[in-house]
Amino acid sequence: MASPVVELKLTAKDFKSDQEVRWCPGCGDYSILAAMQRFMPELGIPREKIVFISGIGCSSRFPYYMNTYGMHSIHGRAPAIATGLSSSRPDLTVWVVTGDGDALSIGGNHLIHALRRNVNLKILLFNNRIYGLTKGQYSPTSELGKITKSTPAGSADAPFNPLSLALGAEATFVARTIDSDAKHLQSVLRRAAEHEGSAFVEIYQNCNIFNDGAFELIKDSATRDDHLIRLEQGQPITFGSESQFSVVHPAGAFGLAVRDSAALDGETPVVHDATVDDPAYAFALTRLSGSDLGTTPIGVFRDVKRPTYDQLIQKQLEDAKAQVTGTPDEMLDQLLNAGDTWTIM
Amino acid sequence: MAAGAKRVEQLDRVVIRFAGDSGDGMQLTGDRFTSETAQLGNDISTLPNFPAEIRAPAGTLPGVSSFQVHFADYDILTPGDSPHVLVAMNPAALKANVADLPPGADIIVNTDEFTKRNLQKVGYAASPLEDGSLESFSVHPVALTSMTVGALAELGVAKKDAERAKNMFALGLLSWMYSRPFESTLRFLERKFVKRPDLVAANKAAFQAGWNFGETTEDFSVRYEVKPAKMRPGTYRNITGNQALALGLVAAGVRAKLPVFLGAYPITPASDILHELSKHKKFGVTTVQAEDEIAAVGAALGASYGGMLGVTTTSGPGVALKSETISLAIALELPLVIVDVQRAGPSTGMPTKTEQADLNMALYGRHGEAPLAVIAPKSPSDCFHAAIEAARIALTYRTPVILLSDNYVANGSEPWLLPSSDELPDLSVSFATEPNGENGRFLPYLRDPETMARPWAIPGTPGLEHRIGGLEKADKTGDISYDPANHEFMVRTRAARIEAIPVPDVEIEDNDENARVLVLGWGSTYGPIGAACRALRQRGLPIAQAHLRHLAPLPANLGEVLGAYDKVVVPEMNLGQLAHVIRSRFLIDVVPFNQVSGLPFTAATLESMLEDVVKNG
Repeated sequence: MASPVVELKLTAKDFKSDQEVRWCPGCGDYSILAAMQRFMPELGIPREKIVFISGIGCSSRFPYYMNTYGMHSIHGRAPAIATGLSSSRPDLTVWVVTGDGDALSIGGNHLIHALRRNVNLKILLFNNRIYGLTKGQYSPTSELGKITKSTPAGSADAPFNPLSLALGAEATFVARTIDSDAKHLQSVLRRAAEHEGSAFVEIYQNCNIFNDGAFELIKDSATRDDHLIRLEQGQPITFGSESQFSVVHPAGAFGLAVRDSAALDGETPVVHDATVDDPAYAFALTRLSGSDLGTTPIGVFRDVKRPTYDQLIQKQLEDAKAQVTGTPDEMLDQLLNAGDTWTIM
Repeated sequence: MAAGAKRVEQLDRVVIRFAGDSGDGMQLTGDRFTSETAQLGNDISTLPNFPAEIRAPAGTLPGVSSFQVHFADYDILTPGDSPHVLVAMNPAALKANVADLPPGADIIVNTDEFTKRNLQKVGYAASPLEDGSLESFSVHPVALTSMTVGALAELGVAKKDAERAKNMFALGLLSWMYSRPFESTLRFLERKFVKRPDLVAANKAAFQAGWNFGETTEDFSVRYEVKPAKMRPGTYRNITGNQALALGLVAAGVRAKLPVFLGAYPITPASDILHELSKHKKFGVTTVQAEDEIAAVGAALGASYGGMLGVTTTSGPGVALKSETISLAIALELPLVIVDVQRAGPSTGMPTKTEQADLNMALYGRHGEAPLAVIAPKSPSDCFHAAIEAARIALTYRTPVILLSDNYVANGSEPWLLPSSDELPDLSVSFATEPNGENGRFLPYLRDPETMARPWAIPGTPGLEHRIGGLEKADKTGDISYDPANHEFMVRTRAARIEAIPVPDVEIEDNDENARVLVLGWGSTYGPIGAACRALRQRGLPIAQAHLRHLAPLPANLGEVLGAYDKVVVPEMNLGQLAHVIRSRFLIDVVPFNQVSGLPFTAATLESMLEDVVKNG
């Protein structure tokens, strides 16, 4: 992240644009927007150095409401456009705001390639498991069998696990949070902002019109504690109202499993470490939950270092420019006159 | 080696076609011959012709690759209709090309490859060298492979490497025949095989053996010379359209004082522009090989948004994929150069063959009312200037510009009179730095009254934070607007501002100013149309030629020009796309003349068609 040139005293209000926010009343996007506006001043980055780029969908209206630079682009293409901006302007902090349809369906290709290149983008995927702006069709994260306007007999599509996908695409930072948990949301945004390279954050977001209550199991205080696993760096992974569940790595198994803490039988809870280089660990964490949300980890799954695309591109340019002699016009004349030339008097 | 033993004959022009298997190195051979010829000061035009397959099965017709070079002691406009000399490295190369030869043409064949099996592969029942079918030509049978292997016997190179050097034997022979200077080829071989001194020696020896063979064998009794052409004074280099286009983009960046950012996805025949631009990082050129065509244009647009000269290069199928992003660029009113090196379509079509059938797509191939500027280069070297012009329009008027090159100019080459950087236009732009509205407000869609361009306020500029997007924008403020009157205004403004871009008047070539027929072309057909017009005028048939570089907007004087002639003929390598535009725009019943064979027009084809129009109306 770029460091501030001068000490800035910005507040959440400074990040509110003059545009009227037009999401449906009760939409989870409001709380994400508010959390972002509250969090932004912490960065100490001047507003003009921050750019939000989005695609199409409800979530993609986000840039209009942030008083920074912003582009509301076209469906699925935000990571591609942001790649061009970020790699050519390393002085900027570029955020991509996208949704489950935008990022995983029409724009799936750009998402995975931005992640594998490790472009310095903070990618926020608002996952509501439904197409909202087009009024209620199933999305690539909708549950198998889901009945929607376009699937009256139930969806026959197996859903993506967005975090598993991101890890498969070599993502260096992978996290999950929930729209309604402002504190957790901000803590994850902070970690994402601190990460150099692509930071992929899935935000479970409630669409109260077309898929209301999709994440209720892990939001409702009556059920939440027994289904939500809060990942904390360096802490044993346990959960439940009385920590009655533990995540363990059973001997001989490839993945992780949930056990009754009281009956561990020699196994010990896994101590969370997002910096483990082998993505198999983070992948195993992502596999603890599926569509049913039964045991759903939130927090930072993976946070490792790898050279960013932006740095590599800029390094090549700097190395080449180090060889420069003469003015640009002189260099151009040399270039045009290179190779086999002949002169006619 | 005394060259004086042979008779020397002067020629004013020669067309040679080197043809062989894809793996025979014919493109390289032609390229070297061209370079030698350029050194001599002849005017030149070249045309490579190769299959899309990298290595089709050896010895088959689909695997034939050829390179035609036309050189003369006067200025020429095309690579020549039919070769005077065919070098055929195998029976397939002979069979694929013999129909293009005029009676009396020289054919040099590699007899080593005329085996029973190779003859059968291409359907020759008997050897054409023996059955009299080549009677009307002057056939020179040369055991190219075995003589090359023989010449390299003492060098100790592997037999396979020795055989592969046969193209240099052929080049040596042709270089001798046409009295070409060969120093640049020897230097080239040293560069090319810098890590393999054995191959430098082998290829040099093969070249020398070919040269010596010409000098000693009785089969070649005459040696030819083509004197230098009278060309404008200056320094020249031979250049292909793709190379020139890449250099034009570098030059545009220098003259605009902006870094060039290329987003590209590999596609024939445009990839060479990506290759060339990737070498010029010291000019601040960034090249991103994107995951797909859409990402390529997206990255370029993102870079433009950030203040770079954003460029994407592709061919027709790629433009189709980029269409939505180009429309976004139109809505965002940001500079963007889209290069379409056209190839024969639809779909994959014939990727290595030429066509001009993307004009409709360039003009109209987007959703909504989505106007942009379209220009087309007329020759390989003109690609340099066309690229600068595309950048100039994009930067000055903040619009996407489609540059319609095609395979014919992209891979063809000609001598290029090198411009000096200070002769090139100054493309400097200024970014917005201050609020332009009342109370310190920034209005991203408040236009410059002269250019109708909106301010280019790049991220990083304090106080100008603003949001843009694909949703319809309110005039001046750029805020989202669904207001009917505003949309009507914005749609009409976007159209008007492109239509108002000043472009140079179209010029008319009409030597005697008495022509009643005008031939109107665009893009790469300039050469063959020009050659046909010259030929007609030499025969006393008056004809006028006008050629469009700007397809959108059209030159302001075009209607007047067209109206001054009894007949307007529009030859195109499509089914009449410009003709359609002219008819609907000017209500002039132009005569379309169309060819969609994947090959450029020959001058002869156009000459005979135009002769008919001139004589019979």
